[in-house]
Amino acid sequence: MSTPNEKIPPSVLSVKNLEMRYGSTLIQQNLNFEISQGDIFIIMGGSGCGKSTLLKHLIGLVKPAAGNVYYGDKDFWASEGNERDQIMQDIGILYQQGALWSSLTLAENVAVPLQEYTALNAKEIRDLCAFKLQLVGLAGFDDYYPSEISGGMRKRAALARAIALDPKFLFFDEPSAGLDPVSAKLLDDLILELRDTLGATIAVVTHELASIYAIGSNSVFLDPISKTMIAQGNPTTLLNESRDARVHEFLTRGNTHTEG
Amino acid sequence: MADVKPIMQDHKNCILKFKGDFLMGESRPTLESLTTELPRDLTGLSCDAAGMGAWDSTLLTLLMGLQDYGQEKGLIFDVGNMPEGVQRLLNLARAIPERPGTRRAVSKDSLTVRTGKATLKVWNETVDMVSFIGETSQSFGRLLQGKARFRKSDLWVHMEACGPGSLGIITVISLLVGAILAFVGAVQLSMFGAEVFVANLVGLGMVMEMGALMTGIILAGRTGAAFAAQLGTMQVNEEIDALKTMGIPPVDNLVLPRMLALIFMSPLLIIYANTVGMIGGAIVGVFYLNIPPQVFFVRTFEYVTPWLMAQGMIKGCSFGLLVAYSGCLRGMQCGRSASEVGNAATRAVVTSLLLIVIADAIWTFLFILMG
Repeated sequence: MSTPNEKIPPSVLSVKNLEMRYGSTLIQQNLNFEISQGDIFIIMGGSGCGKSTLLKHLIGLVKPAAGNVYYGDKDFWASEGNERDQIMQDIGILYQQGALWSSLTLAENVAVPLQEYTALNAKEIRDLCAFKLQLVGLAGFDDYYPSEISGGMRKRAALARAIALDPKFLFFDEPSAGLDPVSAKLLDDLILELRDTLGATIAVVTHELASIYAIGSNSVFLDPISKTMIAQGNPTTLLNESRDARVHEFLTRGNTHTEG
Repeated sequence: MADVKPIMQDHKNCILKFKGDFLMGESRPTLESLTTELPRDLTGLSCDAAGMGAWDSTLLTLLMGLQDYGQEKGLIFDVGNMPEGVQRLLNLARAIPERPGTRRAVSKDSLTVRTGKATLKVWNETVDMVSFIGETSQSFGRLLQGKARFRKSDLWVHMEACGPGSLGIITVISLLVGAILAFVGAVQLSMFGAEVFVANLVGLGMVMEMGALMTGIILAGRTGAAFAAQLGTMQVNEEIDALKTMGIPPVDNLVLPRMLALIFMSPLLIIYANTVGMIGGAIVGVFYLNIPPQVFFVRTFEYVTPWLMAQGMIKGCSFGLLVAYSGCLRGMQCGRSASEVGNAATRAVVTSLLLIVIADAIWTFLFILMG
């Protein structure tokens, strides 16, 4: 098992003074946080606070209005061409709806990044795809199309695609949305297992309290009213120590704050 | 550069020495080259990872292959000396074994089976097409009884999209078709010194045939494909299911306004196309063939009788109806994925064009019979 408390791991992803806007509408500002090697970092907050938008800024889909995102010591938005490609290859993303390409089979979906970025031959790619699908519990489903499997299986197949290149960073957008509690728990376990085995650093956008406590080692809490982050730290610690009523209300499913 | 060396302990046991980095970018031995080096009567196989550097999933696929090989040969493959992460990933991959019957058997059907399947497909297709005619007819019945529910604003939106929205392309195409008719006619008629009959030719050609046909083709490509894509996307997003479960028949709510829009708009578009086409012909007649404008217009109006115009209108209105029918049919039949939406749009256009040409032939034949 990993022992994250033994030494302070280096920060591998840092966000400095990030400001996010859609047009002239301010979404969030003054975001500052660091994600360490091996962290499972939770981005939480109520609906519409800009969690998914923050994720889009981290993975290069939306350009920040101001501020920087650093991968290691590389400024993501200042990087271009090859350097940007290098960073992108280290990133795996699980989208909310899976976002599997519907005209490709599961194996072909997983194979796309491998064909694009590696020099492996067809058989090696086929073996790797089969292995990734086995890892997420979809052994034998290589030749199925996304429309032929259930929502939970689609999500796991999308995870297999996200880890195709053994990425250093994994991003999850609402991984347990639309899953039954048992499937959600299995997915959480899988996320932990992948963190420990692949050594990946993971950022998760979610508002599932069960998941937040089960897997989160660090977190940031975004507030839609003040439009900035109002809490940061281990979710369980936040639950016990945060004096902020909004954070406490969120972490206790709306129970009013009681001094304990 | 990665390498695996089998080192025999005794004649039944072997240790695989893993050396170097097992990474996607590095060359590494294949499973086949490794297993051929191993003696056939091996009973124990273990690993030595002391010389191994970095590793990624490629190492794991190799080990998985060796595990499968071991199981097949009945020998024990011990991965106990591998790094802990490797062992855990192997366990994770084996945690949920493949359920029997999951994997697809690739079977090739015989010619008979394929013929049978194709026949059934054609039959089902025909049933679908006929039953959609039935559904839309019922829907029109409800409309006449005042029971069909759809949003009036939808009707206006569709009418605007397929009517005024098509004017630009219809102008360009009709103008050019009229001009082409005039040119082609002039070449033949000038042999008899009868260029002045170009007016008759353009008038009859546009009104009886080309105006309606060109409008039908433009509507098929523009509006029919759009209908199929809209309804197909709604099918993908379960919006049509949502209508059904609210007790709103999707045919009333979605198909009816689209069909009505085309039924109202296609006659107007055809009148417009005919007019523009005749202007196109007149431009060629007046400026290229030097026919006086007065003569051109007098001859045109003399020969284009109301009955001929009616023939073109009847054809054109039926084309509009067929385009709406094909577009909505393919949209409603759409499957649940992005590529299916593309298929639906393609099939809508193909079906429209096919039906338009068939209907054109039937109408032409009927009109000849009627004289």
